[in-house]
Amino acid sequence: MSPDTRAAIAFSRFGLGITPRGLGAASGEAREALLAELKSPPTLSMSLSDAQRDLGFSSALPPTPELLTQLAAYNRARKERREIKAQNQTPAPDIPSMAAPDMAGKQPPLMDDQRLPQAVSFAEVAARLKVWGDARIGFHERLVMFWANHFAVSVDKGLPVRVLAGAYEREAIRPHITGRFRDLLLAAERHPAMQVYLDNDASIGPNARANRNGKRGLNENLAREILELHTLGVNGGYTQADVTRFAKVITGWGINRSGQGDGFRFNPNAHEPGPQTILGKTYADDGEAQGIRVLEDLARHPATAKHIATKLVRHFVSDQPPPALVDRVSQRFLETDGDLSAVYATLIAAEESWSAPRAKLRTPQEYVIASLRALDTPIQPQRFLQTLRVLGQPLWQPPGPNGFSDLASVWATPEGLNNRLDLAYQLSERLAERTDPRVFAEERLKGLISETTRRSVALAETRPQGLALVLLSPEFMRR
Amino acid sequence: MIDRRSFLVASTGLFASAVLPQSAFAAGRDPRFIVIILRGALDGLAAVPPVGDPDFAALRPPAWEGEALPLNGFFALNPAMPNLKRLYGAGQAAIVHASATPYRNRSHFDGQDVLESGFDVPGHADTGWLNRLILSLGQGSKIGAAQKSLSVGTLTPLVIRGEAPLLGWAPQQLKAADPDLAPRLLRLYGETDPALMTVLQEGIDTGKIASGMNPMMGGGGPAGAMVDMAKGAAALMGRDDGPRIAAMAFDGWDTHTAEQRRLTQLLGGLDQSLAAFEQGLGAKWADTVVLVATEFGRTARFNGTQGSDHGQATTAFLAGGAVKGGRVIADWPGLKAAQLYEGRDLTPTTDLRAVVMGVARDHLGADVRRLQTDVFPGALSVKPLDGLV
Repeated sequence: MSPDTRAAIAFSRFGLGITPRGLGAASGEAREALLAELKSPPTLSMSLSDAQRDLGFSSALPPTPELLTQLAAYNRARKERREIKAQNQTPAPDIPSMAAPDMAGKQPPLMDDQRLPQAVSFAEVAARLKVWGDARIGFHERLVMFWANHFAVSVDKGLPVRVLAGAYEREAIRPHITGRFRDLLLAAERHPAMQVYLDNDASIGPNARANRNGKRGLNENLAREILELHTLGVNGGYTQADVTRFAKVITGWGINRSGQGDGFRFNPNAHEPGPQTILGKTYADDGEAQGIRVLEDLARHPATAKHIATKLVRHFVSDQPPPALVDRVSQRFLETDGDLSAVYATLIAAEESWSAPRAKLRTPQEYVIASLRALDTPIQPQRFLQTLRVLGQPLWQPPGPNGFSDLASVWATPEGLNNRLDLAYQLSERLAERTDPRVFAEERLKGLISETTRRSVALAETRPQGLALVLLSPEFMRR
Repeated sequence: MIDRRSFLVASTGLFASAVLPQSAFAAGRDPRFIVIILRGALDGLAAVPPVGDPDFAALRPPAWEGEALPLNGFFALNPAMPNLKRLYGAGQAAIVHASATPYRNRSHFDGQDVLESGFDVPGHADTGWLNRLILSLGQGSKIGAAQKSLSVGTLTPLVIRGEAPLLGWAPQQLKAADPDLAPRLLRLYGETDPALMTVLQEGIDTGKIASGMNPMMGGGGPAGAMVDMAKGAAALMGRDDGPRIAAMAFDGWDTHTAEQRRLTQLLGGLDQSLAAFEQGLGAKWADTVVLVATEFGRTARFNGTQGSDHGQATTAFLAGGAVKGGRVIADWPGLKAAQLYEGRDLTPTTDLRAVVMGVARDHLGADVRRLQTDVFPGALSVKPLDGLV
């Protein structure tokens, strides 16, 4: 494998894609370059928008407690407005859909119901677009995306998750992805966005003080998904009884809406009293700590190590994860008590991680970001969100708590390909004036380009067509 | 036996108006000039087949001759162009055959660069000859840079890019992707990625992916897109205060396969676009010239896939009330193997720059010296073609 090919694999398999800066960042020891990125993670930053200033935001990317306060005020205002409307008997205005075609980049006038979530999501997206554009290789950001998808929340759940999804990624995922899995797991499960998304804030111990009248009760949603999706995996050896008992353990975990603290609250009155036995181990009832101890044990369970290793290898290397590589990564996870940086180092060090055929298909999010980086072109947040929606991977809106698939077979559909054709062509049309497709192909597909692609691009009928062929070539679509 | 130098093919005489004064441009006129770039290389031998050339029949499938619309004893017009035939009959359309830019290679990008930049070599992609022509016309003129000129389409064609101010306009419903993209991608995947090829083929077969190979293409197809652009441009230019000069590009002319069917669509679209200009410009059509040009022509022989590959000389069209039409202007090079350029392409005998210079001088009042230096750098030896308007 030539050094250029190796660098190109670093950029495509482990990074966000090549930019006009070329392969330089990974041209020496590609492994070291990837790991070095993890040591200096990027900072998300954004300046206050007018809409946010109007809403009284303290900063463009405010912490969860502030967003919860905003949300409460917002809900009060909406309720009042609805009451006034009902009195006046006037029909409510249509709420513009984010999915509506918006090719000119113009925003429909913001209805009140959209104001807060849009102000929040545009700032969150804009801050990330900047980081994604600036990243040298982008391994750190790919890991952020991987873990945000592993611990998925969906804005489909409703307004609270819509407002909190970005803060969740900033606070629970991003700071912990190079640390210990235990810390990442705890931060994700305790975050208000996860508590709302998987209904745990509403779950009440059947015998808790808050349930003295017996009308409310347990919700197993979060407990089940922690076991099935976040830690052990579906065949991880737990039973329905484990799920129910674990759900009882984390009753009382919920949201602090006072604007204080980090947004998490333990409510002893909602907590199911008594010890609980999970996977054969009995946990005494010490309130909030009971759940923390269960999570800590789950975080170091061999099934969890296997599950996480399998997902990492499948995401980065191959849809058919080589068992030997999974075993090594899993072993490292156990040896280091879930030191994620050590786990990534093992993944990167394995020769299989580089020699595996480039058979995975970039997911829509990876594809859009890689295209924007290749063309070195900015995009408006609303256009970016709309593009991901059209391509079938709306940001922070997976179809379920298992997140989006990263299997090539899921994304390689006629509809998906058609949308990529349209996107590639639209982007290419915008950028064609100053770009020679032949040069673009040689530079952006450096180390990967086939003779066939080289010839197809050279024979293209127009510049936009030539650029689009580069973006649609197997070398660019796959990783 | 045809002697290419002596065979005059223009129905009103090749250089009949060569004795006109240097410029036919008269003060007080308010001319309009529209440039349509056909990207992908129009097959001039398919658009305007030289049916009277005894060597033609051996090069092309017979269908061309039988259905073609006769123009004069020697040339005929592709049957997809009845409007052009009508304009030709009314003396409002002329064809310049065996014409070409100075570019003698076979890359679309480079060929388009030369065609549109006006330089004689590729690599100058900043400004186009039409924009520099506008600048040369002088500030006081209605057709000069004081008036915004019109760029039609989402991408400003290189030919009109530059310092002279532009008004941009594009139809609302532009086709999403170029219909030729999918067939090309299919060939690329076919050689390198069978899995993606299967998915793409399924998308094309089921009509989910627009393809030039697929008659189910939505949105009126390429012809509809061309006509939409022409209609919109004509509406703007037909106004008294509207732009006088416009450029647009029509894509899709790279007919390596299934050429007859594809050109029927494409030439039909071009033909309807010319009619749309005629109709939309109303009375102003009388003082209008539309120039249709492409980066190069195609091989004289058909290839093995019922299409043609990249070549040299081709046809340019002039249409509009100001055109001295009803003529095919050609210094016919012949089609015998020895007469073909490198044994494969129609040999260029008319410099396309001379055509533009003739129109620019006589229709727009452009200065010849500036045409030979600023508009077409390095073209001092190129003389404007006389008597086009």
